Amino acid sequence: MKIHIKNGRLIDPSNNLDTQADLYIAAGKVAAVGKTPAGFSANRVIDAAGLVVCPGLIDLSARLREPGFEYKATLESEMLAAAAGGVTSLACPPDTEPVLDEPGLVEMLKHRAKTLNLAHVYPIGALTVGLAGEQLTEMAELRDAGCVGFSHADVPLQDNQVLWRALQYAATFDFRVWLRPQDGYLAKDGVAHDGEVATRLGLQGIPAFAETIAIATIVEIMRATGTRVHLCRLSTREGVAMVRAAKNDGLPISCDVGIHHAHLSEMDLGYFDAHCHLQPPLRSARDRDALRQGLADGTIDALCSDHTPVDEDSKLLPFADSEAGATGLELLLPLTLKWAIEMKVPLAQALARITREPARILGLDAGHLSEGHTADVCVFDPEHYHKVSAAALKSQGKNTPFLGIELPGKVRYTLLQGQIVYDAGNG
Amino acid sequence: MRNPQLNDKGELQHLLTIEGLPRETLTHILDTATSFVGVTAREVKKVPLLRGKSVFNLFFENSTRTRTTFEIAAKRLSADVINLNIAVSSHTKGETLLDTVDNLSAMHADMFVVRHAESGAPHLIASHVASHLHVVNAGDGRHAHPTQGLLDLYTIRHYKKDFTRLSVAIVGDVLHSRVARSLIHALTVMGTPDVRVIGPMTLIPAGAEKLGVKVFYDLEQGLRDVDVVVMLRLQSERMRGALLPSAQEFFKYYGLTPEKLALAKPDAIVMHPGPLNRGVEIDSAVADGSHAVILSQVTFGIAVRMAVMSILAGN
Repeated sequence: MKIHIKNGRLIDPSNNLDTQADLYIAAGKVAAVGKTPAGFSANRVIDAAGLVVCPGLIDLSARLREPGFEYKATLESEMLAAAAGGVTSLACPPDTEPVLDEPGLVEMLKHRAKTLNLAHVYPIGALTVGLAGEQLTEMAELRDAGCVGFSHADVPLQDNQVLWRALQYAATFDFRVWLRPQDGYLAKDGVAHDGEVATRLGLQGIPAFAETIAIATIVEIMRATGTRVHLCRLSTREGVAMVRAAKNDGLPISCDVGIHHAHLSEMDLGYFDAHCHLQPPLRSARDRDALRQGLADGTIDALCSDHTPVDEDSKLLPFADSEAGATGLELLLPLTLKWAIEMKVPLAQALARITREPARILGLDAGHLSEGHTADVCVFDPEHYHKVSAAALKSQGKNTPFLGIELPGKVRYTLLQGQIVYDAGNG
Repeated sequence: MRNPQLNDKGELQHLLTIEGLPRETLTHILDTATSFVGVTAREVKKVPLLRGKSVFNLFFENSTRTRTTFEIAAKRLSADVINLNIAVSSHTKGETLLDTVDNLSAMHADMFVVRHAESGAPHLIASHVASHLHVVNAGDGRHAHPTQGLLDLYTIRHYKKDFTRLSVAIVGDVLHSRVARSLIHALTVMGTPDVRVIGPMTLIPAGAEKLGVKVFYDLEQGLRDVDVVVMLRLQSERMRGALLPSAQEFFKYYGLTPEKLALAKPDAIVMHPGPLNRGVEIDSAVADGSHAVILSQVTFGIAVRMAVMSILAGN
């Protein structure tokens, strides 16, 4: 299959490219950028006039709900959602049932994903067995099975000695450890930011310092062990400042923020809107502004969808009883564009947060359109505004605070290894 | 975002919280309650305003007192009252909150009086039920207890007349108190210039000042020259966590004794939502003393609940 994508605005942050150029794809790889290769005759020509052609998006956290939670979502539904969202690579956290703590489970997930062939799936292995916070997993074996990093998902790792040992062990093999910084005791039973809104609504709060204390602990252990750490889902202004300081100290630290936290605050809880029940909690407008600024100045490396499809019944409960999380794969691009427009961030710089940077954190040779490399491509219309609707979402999870809201950016085509896996023209 | 308590004509469809309700609405409820105080003192204590209507008391959390006062209020309005104690009923069989509500709606309920341990449960029910149904929040988690707030307001108006010159102190476990939240909103809407909350830092919620109150950690400072003292009930389970060391120490520093009460204005009234923990938050000498209006609150509570139910049913 040879594909010629013509007349598009080609944006490739890794190659410092933002120009009007055609893209030529053959045998699953980028054959050429700009000039037609000798003897190239396309099987398919895509006219991308008025559209942006960029590397396929890379999402640092998408829960596919398999194995164990198939009533919330399946690999099929969620990988279709990824393709419809322009996402060609995604990392999935280990909090499945059973937990991704054995090579066999990881191999099975990789195999299932490969059979569907809609996106590259990169499992993050569990840091401890069963995410119980006691026994280290066989990290090297898990790496050989396909894990690209290790994390504790959203499960608190209470015992700092275990954390210390886990970071030491991971550093032995130079593995990157992904941690969601939140002190489990301080966050216990909490469902909302400990502030004005939680007080008004009578919800148990999670103080901002539940995050900063955890970051301080992680950073101090990093100083001793030299482990590469990726902090997941920052939520506080002070947290951003601490990461900035740790980076200035030269520590091998990176971090991301979820798309919802770049746009929403505690105020959006309104009258107990369970769609705004997220982990970490939506915090103050001041925190949200700092996250948006941190993304713009590069303190925060990447934006991720933190895709968490939740079945309707689990949201139709009193706020604290409802399950946390929001569907996100199909909103990653629109909400990134919205942030970029509002913050006046150049499009290429914004796209780097969902292509080049997550690829670097995952240690992948991906997220770029260099000649001879895998042709994972997203073609989208940046000017097309559309209303988010449950019916239009491919994800089995319809749970998003953005239902009914108009957002910019419509994916037209998604290509995985040179094959069209999504074409908005025919669904 | 539309206030979920109001119908499309801007009338009160549900009573979920006092927050966001205009002063006129609160005054209308209090004035209507005044007309019912007479009814409750009559020989025949019934008016036919809710004749033929079914009021379902949905108590997902046990409460004999509040449920009884709602039951009396509904019966005095001639409604049929069905009491459901769901804490020990279908919930234990795994039925969801909204399934329960759907089932009861199918039995042609007109009004749900809901108590639930989780903040926001009545909002969820109100957003789910058919538009002719009315939901009254009888207490949800730490969030709101609007009829209690209204009866407290009624009591204060009865004894003190003018809200715009008052100092009111709310003492004790504000963190877990839906009573405190509802009363704070009620008082600020009515223009009360000085509302104070008093308690140890562990029992004062984050950002309490944003509710429009002054925070005091010292009871004696906080009580100085107030017109109204509202004591909150301290639940015994609070003593088991790290919130408080002991009931004894709490009483010593935050319990209302005649000596502490002497710091308030000479004509100050003392209120309590009940049930009382004598010797924990309040000394018997105060609870039974001349400043206490605790039993008046109970009597007014019935008239206020009658007012709320009749107003909702009329909208």
